[in-house]
Amino acid sequence: MKRYSALSLVRNALGSNKQWDRAWRSPEPKRKYDVVIVGGGGHGLATAYYLAKEHGVRNIAVLEKGWIGGGNTGRNTTIVRSNYLWTESSLLYEKSLQLWEDLSQELNYNVMFSQRGVYNLGHSLQDMRDIERRVSANRLNGIDAVVVDTAQIKQAIPLINTSATARYPILGASYQARGGVARHDAVAWGFARAADDYGVDIIEQCEVTGLNRDNGRIKGVETTRGRIEADKVGVVVAGNASVLATMAGLRFPVESHPLQAFVSEPMKPVLDTVVMSNAVHGYISQSDKGELVIGAGIDAYNGYGQRGSFHTIEHAMAAIIELFPMFSRVRMLRMWGGIVDVCPDACPIVSKTPVAGLYFNCGWGTGGFKATPGSGWAFAHTIAEDRPHELNAAFDLERFTTGALIDEHGAAGVAH
Amino acid sequence: MFLIRCPWCGERAETEFSYGGEGEISRPLDPDALNDAEWADYLFLRSNPRGAHKELWNHSQGCRRWFGVNRDTVSYKIDSTYPLHASEEDGQ
Ligand SMILES: Cc1cc2nc3c(=O)[nH]c(=O)nc-3n(C[C@H](O)[C@H](O)[C@H](O)COP(=O)(O)OP(=O)(O)OC[C@H]3O[C@@H](n4cnc5c(N)ncnc54)[C@H](O)[C@@H]3O)c2cc1C
Ligand SMILES: [Zn+2]
Repeated sequence: MKRYSALSLVRNALGSNKQWDRAWRSPEPKRKYDVVIVGGGGHGLATAYYLAKEHGVRNIAVLEKGWIGGGNTGRNTTIVRSNYLWTESSLLYEKSLQLWEDLSQELNYNVMFSQRGVYNLGHSLQDMRDIERRVSANRLNGIDAVVVDTAQIKQAIPLINTSATARYPILGASYQARGGVARHDAVAWGFARAADDYGVDIIEQCEVTGLNRDNGRIKGVETTRGRIEADKVGVVVAGNASVLATMAGLRFPVESHPLQAFVSEPMKPVLDTVVMSNAVHGYISQSDKGELVIGAGIDAYNGYGQRGSFHTIEHAMAAIIELFPMFSRVRMLRMWGGIVDVCPDACPIVSKTPVAGLYFNCGWGTGGFKATPGSGWAFAHTIAEDRPHELNAAFDLERFTTGALIDEHGAAGVAH
Repeated sequence: MFLIRCPWCGERAETEFSYGGEGEISRPLDPDALNDAEWADYLFLRSNPRGAHKELWNHSQGCRRWFGVNRDTVSYKIDSTYPLHASEEDGQ
């Protein structure tokens, strides 16, 4: 791989930018791999990268039915933070946040990780009690977190409506300074390029249609480009997790829902941080291009259609205008949806399965972008060692039978 | 936005309804006889199909009654809605 640098920019500019290498190859699938990863989203590509880098596995393929990053990875509002309530989740997300902090250097690819801080607003006495509790839990786990009051919020975000007569007055917030946003496509492309450099075959337009098993052991996959044998198969397909689980004769505690987002026309910088509110149900940041990036809540019904109902968008927009009345005059440009895989406890599954050599990584639901590097890192360990790392041990499939759920729903709310 | 036909009130906007998840899941008749795996199946495991789905909706802003819906989870097309118990049918 030719490293990107200031010098390579100049050199290629002089060559009219015609000599850049392809960022990753487009190989034909081989007959057999040591590890096949199903799903070329950020999590799948990160898994392949860390399998190669940390565990020395070389013969790996990532099979993607569309194009890499075309699923939720390329459709999300890119909020990154680690201020979750419970120790199990906060440590996993914090591992991820630490990986984010060096990711551009590590991958030699600018993922535009911008630690512009994240505010989670509180609008009631109970919200503020929950925030105090979560911030205290974060600090005990060594995660940066503070409680800020209304005046501090107004000072940092002059446009926000802090009037005491608002329908949902802002009483305070938790603030994580190390949180922020990143460029979603670049995360997929950066991991793909770095994994390709280790010899990982990234195979697009290759849909997995069957999981071949023999005597309780995985043998490989059927795909639209033929049969591929594999010693181990890691499935990381987000909203399609149940579809793949069914192929292996398994039933999963996951339901797929549409989740929508939208962006405004580009504007001059007006918002230099991330603002989220569970109570009014909206979250907003401004991209480097100048668009306001706004996310909605999930549509309640099961859906695989990558689109949701309009009233869900209306509800999110109403929430944003409640917080920022000035944005009522901003025009929205585009809206879209992804399919998110939601577990009953709003926590992921990064786990072995009853089929030997078959592993699943799913259930990240509405909030897995922030976990991309950490999830790949932990899943790579789980596949390579055939047992979970201590960071993801609690996120096994068994917890739905033992009852050891990790109830982030009430704590982190529906936030992303 | 869906247009949903309540078996009693007729076609109404989706915003009048609440979603109740996968249908045709019966509460265990003899709860004490269930082992942990069977409880997990009842409480948490779902078929979540890509395609035809039997599900529950409640006309929460209307007659407040529950009913069944056959809907496709990819096209979102609603094929039919129906009362859950035969005894309810004459109430139409
Ligand atoms: C609108 C929206 C906003 C969000 N906002 C945030 C946020 O602000 N912060 C945050 O942390 N998270 C957010 N999320 C969640 C986040 O996007 C996801 O949790 C995360 O990106 C999941 O990554 P992934 O790689 O597992 O899935 P994906 O990127 O969806 O990748 C899965 C891939 O598997 C492929 N695939 C599926 N079936 C098959 C098959 N049979 N064979 C081969 N390939 C297959 C798909 O094509 C897809 O590319 C948001 C999601 C949405 C939709
Ligand atoms: Zn009705």
